[in-house]
Amino acid sequence: MKSGTWFKLYIGVFLIFLYAPALLLPVFAFNDSSIVSFPLKGFTLNWFNVLWETEALHTATKNSLLIAVSTAIIATSLGILAARASSRYKFRGQKAVMGFIMVPLVLPEIIVGVSLLVVILQMGFDLSLWTIVLGHVLICTPFCVAILSSAFLSLDQSLEEASFDLGRSKLATFWLVTMPLVLPGVVSAMLISFTISLDEFIIAFFLAGTEPTLPVYIWGQLRFPQKLPSLMALGTILLILSLTLLATAEYFRRRSARKTGIEDAGGFL
Amino acid sequence: MSGFAKWRRSEEASGWLLVSPTLVYSILLLAAPLAMVIALSFWTQDYLDLDKTFTLKNYIEAWSEPIYQTLMARSLKISAFVTALTILLAFPVAYYVSFYVPQKRKPLWIFLITIPFWTSYLMRIFLWKVILGYNGVVNGSLLGLGVIEQPLSFILYNQNAVVVTLAHAWVPFAILPIFVALEKIDRSLLEAAEDLGDGPLRRFIRVTLPLAMPGVVAATVIVFIPTIGDYVTPRLVGGPNGLMISNMIELQFKKANNAPLGAALALSAMFLVSVVSLVFVWMNRKYLVGQK
Repeated sequence: MKSGTWFKLYIGVFLIFLYAPALLLPVFAFNDSSIVSFPLKGFTLNWFNVLWETEALHTATKNSLLIAVSTAIIATSLGILAARASSRYKFRGQKAVMGFIMVPLVLPEIIVGVSLLVVILQMGFDLSLWTIVLGHVLICTPFCVAILSSAFLSLDQSLEEASFDLGRSKLATFWLVTMPLVLPGVVSAMLISFTISLDEFIIAFFLAGTEPTLPVYIWGQLRFPQKLPSLMALGTILLILSLTLLATAEYFRRRSARKTGIEDAGGFL
Repeated sequence: MSGFAKWRRSEEASGWLLVSPTLVYSILLLAAPLAMVIALSFWTQDYLDLDKTFTLKNYIEAWSEPIYQTLMARSLKISAFVTALTILLAFPVAYYVSFYVPQKRKPLWIFLITIPFWTSYLMRIFLWKVILGYNGVVNGSLLGLGVIEQPLSFILYNQNAVVVTLAHAWVPFAILPIFVALEKIDRSLLEAAEDLGDGPLRRFIRVTLPLAMPGVVAATVIVFIPTIGDYVTPRLVGGPNGLMISNMIELQFKKANNAPLGAALALSAMFLVSVVSLVFVWMNRKYLVGQK
């Protein structure tokens, strides 16, 4: 066989490896057996029905949605400020400042969770949904900065200057000229933050008080074998939701790249 | 115009003003908490109260107790294996996308490769249990094919399972930096190597690989450091001998109620992975010169 064929074979095997868990989720979600293992039995929608009847799950979902929406809004706002500052202006210590903001990207999440837990308890605050938002904003902001920096960098500055020359104020220019041009990047950043927050477990587990998020709820249920099939159903729904969100984010990110006429290198980073 | 008013309108000031909310957030919720953890690691837990007298007791315990030494060494070993496996898996994929996939379809490929990284973290790990288990997918297929007669038991609830599951989780993150490095390679350099008589293998070793090293180094750091902090994977697929230092850190902060010891363990782990990463970067410094 030619080396190219071997190469393609490897890529095929790799993609199977990469997608194996995701593909198994729906398989077991529709499997008519209370044990999550092969061989498969029959087809059932029963596990999805179970989800509708589980009150605790609905509360956890509401909590997670609230956290994810708040995180997306705050992290994207902080991301806009930092990305704009780093792409539009040159100032002393810029590299250090931006590097510092990006640190959570390589910090183990357990460190973020533990350190926030220590501070919140030391300051006498109670753990709540908002303490989780604090942690999630911290880890989502670097992703927003990365996405938005490329959006702002590809912005043609002469468009803003033209707006100044035509008598618009700084603020009006920002809203009427700059924002519409980087909007796809903003939408993309929000969707990514939302997806990360919705799925994040390690930090949420440390910072959750009495109210669980969706992943914290799932973690609690993983111990009970009889709950597993319905968790597979839940996982399938979440998988489809994340895929939709990510595909939409990618669409907007590319549109933002196309709008400004920059060669698209691909990827969120 | 006064000096201050002039400064306020300068580019310098505009930049600082604009970046300050994000910076303040990071200082308050990252730097300050980390400083707090450092302080905590030198204190002692006295039932419900904290004894704030400076002591090295936690560090002495963290570095001398055999259980912590074992967990720490094992965590470093597992993270190193995960990193090596991740890079080995990722490099050919990054190479394929960069050199074989047409320019227009590259973003789609990168998107397809990164998707699994963002979806259902807990479920993904749990499903590896299903895949590697006694009645799992791997055993089922191997039995069905007649390759084995008894289900393999060495593939779940041990360190191998932790390495495979973590490598699966991190491989998309390793592909990206390697891909970016490969994309930056000036293709005419490769032609030059060929014109000067290098075969494909020599060309790869002498030109492509050294130029891709910055990406490999970045991928190593990106995978190696966070891997040490995962406590879900060891808990779900690691079995009793596959637990890592993060499981102990979590235990100290939660059930054992000894946050100072947990802080000392967490900081020691961070210190060790940072030192190993720095040594790795330093060893590869000749590939990184000329990079910005």
